[in-house]
Amino acid sequence: MAKNKKTPSALLSGAITKTLTGISGLDEITLGGLPTGRPTLICGEAGSGKTLFSIEFIVKGALDYNEPGVFMAFEEKADELKTNVASLGFDLDKLEQDKKIRIDYVHIDRAEIEETGEYDLEGLFIRLGYAIDSIGAKRVVLDTIENLFSGLNNQGILRAEIRRLFQFLKSKGVTAIITGERGDKSLTRQGLEEYVSDCVILLDHRIINQISTRRLRIVKYRGSVHGTNEYPFLIDDEGISVLPVTSLELNKDVSSESISSGVEALDKMLGNKGFYRGSSILVSGTAGTGKTSIAASFADSTCSKKEKCLFFAFEESPKQIIRNMKSIGLNLQQHLDNGYLEFYASRPTIYGLEMHLVAIHKAIKKFQPKVVILDPITNLITIGSVSEVKTMLVRLIDFLQAEQITVMFTALTLNNIVNEQTDEGVSSLVDAWLLIRDIENNGERNRGLYIMKSRGMKHSNQIREFIITDDGLNLVDVFLTEDGVLTGSAREARVLLEQTGEVIHAQAISRKDRELERKRKVLESKIDSLRSEYESAEEELNKVYVEEALKKQVMGETLSKLTDLRRADVSTQEKTSTKKSKK
Amino acid sequence: MGKIYELRLYVAGKTSKSVVALENLKNICEEHLQGKYSIEVIDLLEKPQLAEGDQIFAIPTLVKKVPEPVRKIIGDLSNVEKVLVGLDIRPRLIN
Repeated sequence: MAKNKKTPSALLSGAITKTLTGISGLDEITLGGLPTGRPTLICGEAGSGKTLFSIEFIVKGALDYNEPGVFMAFEEKADELKTNVASLGFDLDKLEQDKKIRIDYVHIDRAEIEETGEYDLEGLFIRLGYAIDSIGAKRVVLDTIENLFSGLNNQGILRAEIRRLFQFLKSKGVTAIITGERGDKSLTRQGLEEYVSDCVILLDHRIINQISTRRLRIVKYRGSVHGTNEYPFLIDDEGISVLPVTSLELNKDVSSESISSGVEALDKMLGNKGFYRGSSILVSGTAGTGKTSIAASFADSTCSKKEKCLFFAFEESPKQIIRNMKSIGLNLQQHLDNGYLEFYASRPTIYGLEMHLVAIHKAIKKFQPKVVILDPITNLITIGSVSEVKTMLVRLIDFLQAEQITVMFTALTLNNIVNEQTDEGVSSLVDAWLLIRDIENNGERNRGLYIMKSRGMKHSNQIREFIITDDGLNLVDVFLTEDGVLTGSAREARVLLEQTGEVIHAQAISRKDRELERKRKVLESKIDSLRSEYESAEEELNKVYVEEALKKQVMGETLSKLTDLRRADVSTQEKTSTKKSKK
Repeated sequence: MGKIYELRLYVAGKTSKSVVALENLKNICEEHLQGKYSIEVIDLLEKPQLAEGDQIFAIPTLVKKVPEPVRKIIGDLSNVEKVLVGLDIRPRLIN
């Protein structure tokens, strides 16, 4: 019940006022910075970045938030400190002249000191108070107060005085950072955490597999919600960047806008649109299948549309990539010159995974790209386990989606036996997954590409042959036959075969036509000859008739002539003629 | 021994510790350094800017500037032997 009541009140802003540190990322984790007017303890081992952390707090306060600060150094002399941070571009001398900061070096040398009797640290208080008042400081750093313990013997006095010091800082209303060396069993060697109850931050510097990673964790933050994870941070030429790695919620904006993949045929396979903007795409395949080429095509098409693309190369140098992509007709140099493309090349082993993530974050924040390419993520495995890489990528995808940046990863599948469903363990994270496979057949190796998944869009289920030509990439239909899928020259051969077949077929048909024609002609000629035969037979018949008729006529005429001749004997003549005619 | 001891006693107001320290210092000097010393009392409540120069953090602190080496003796100077060691009047015990 009490807990239920507490949570909402703690969430309310204004429950505790906070001071922005100006350290990139830290203010996100602490949801607004360090507690205002209270001391914060930063502890860590030697070399974990405590001093840098605190000096950045002071410098950013002076530069960005107009809050002057006092840096009380117990370890490094002011000159040393100035030299050390000059490499980060902090000009402490100038800030000191402008009365923005004040550095007070407290020198404690045991050899010079003799303790006799009662004393207190009022001198320190006066110095601090004077320094604060002289520039109206709002921020104070004590780095590291534990040095008092090595210089002075009387622990009883020291502990009482340190307790008083924290009270003093609170009464001054300054936001303070106290640094402390990490102890074996406690957070700090001298148990400073007992005195600082408001906010404790632990810095860590671990070396795993010879690669160092700096991490930060908020051990406690009274009266405030905060991220509880270990957050990696990076120290580079711009100071400290902490990475707020895991966002607490899954409520990012999504876009239904699409972005071309740079390969026309691939876009067609993806519902004629390409990828969704802000989505994550995994391109995986075995060695030499053209993953980088796909990535470069995507980059090229993005840059051609005057959108920025950031290319993280973990395998090849930018110049190598540019040269290699020229061979497939992609001119990346022009985009580089126009400022639309930027390469960020680094060997994975240069630093730990977390550091890479921080570096990637930083580069993205700086360049503000629309598309990010990581080629390949597999190389990151060399510096971390699969699960670590997965965690890292989750964080990265998280971040990129929040920024509406489309990201394309390429991943090397080490062999074909590996279960494809768990490629780098990231397949469940990505929105689209293109798989390129080697298809070995007929003594040659060809590439087959298919879309394993593409969330939220219709996509082709076909395996296409992926061809890299001088003019870029293309996908062609593979041939499905009773022998299986045909690719490469086998496919070409098949195409030829089919073409030949058609020609032959066409030929065959026309031959049959001609045959028929000939037959028709033969038959027709037969019909003709029959007809002429018939005609001749008819003629013959007619001739007989005519002859018969003629004969009759002639006979009749002859008979009448004879009768005429026998006119004398008319009656007999007539009789005979009658008889004859009767016959 | 013609050395002149230049001593500075840093205090913060007239606290009991400061008063005790000054009395102890005077006694020791009179006893061991008669005529060869000068004492300057600096009240940091009045001149806080002086604290940094002599690297003062504890109160009271006695600083021996001359003769070299510079030494600081912190506390109310109640342990005379230690003060004498600090002022290089007695040799330092090596233990």
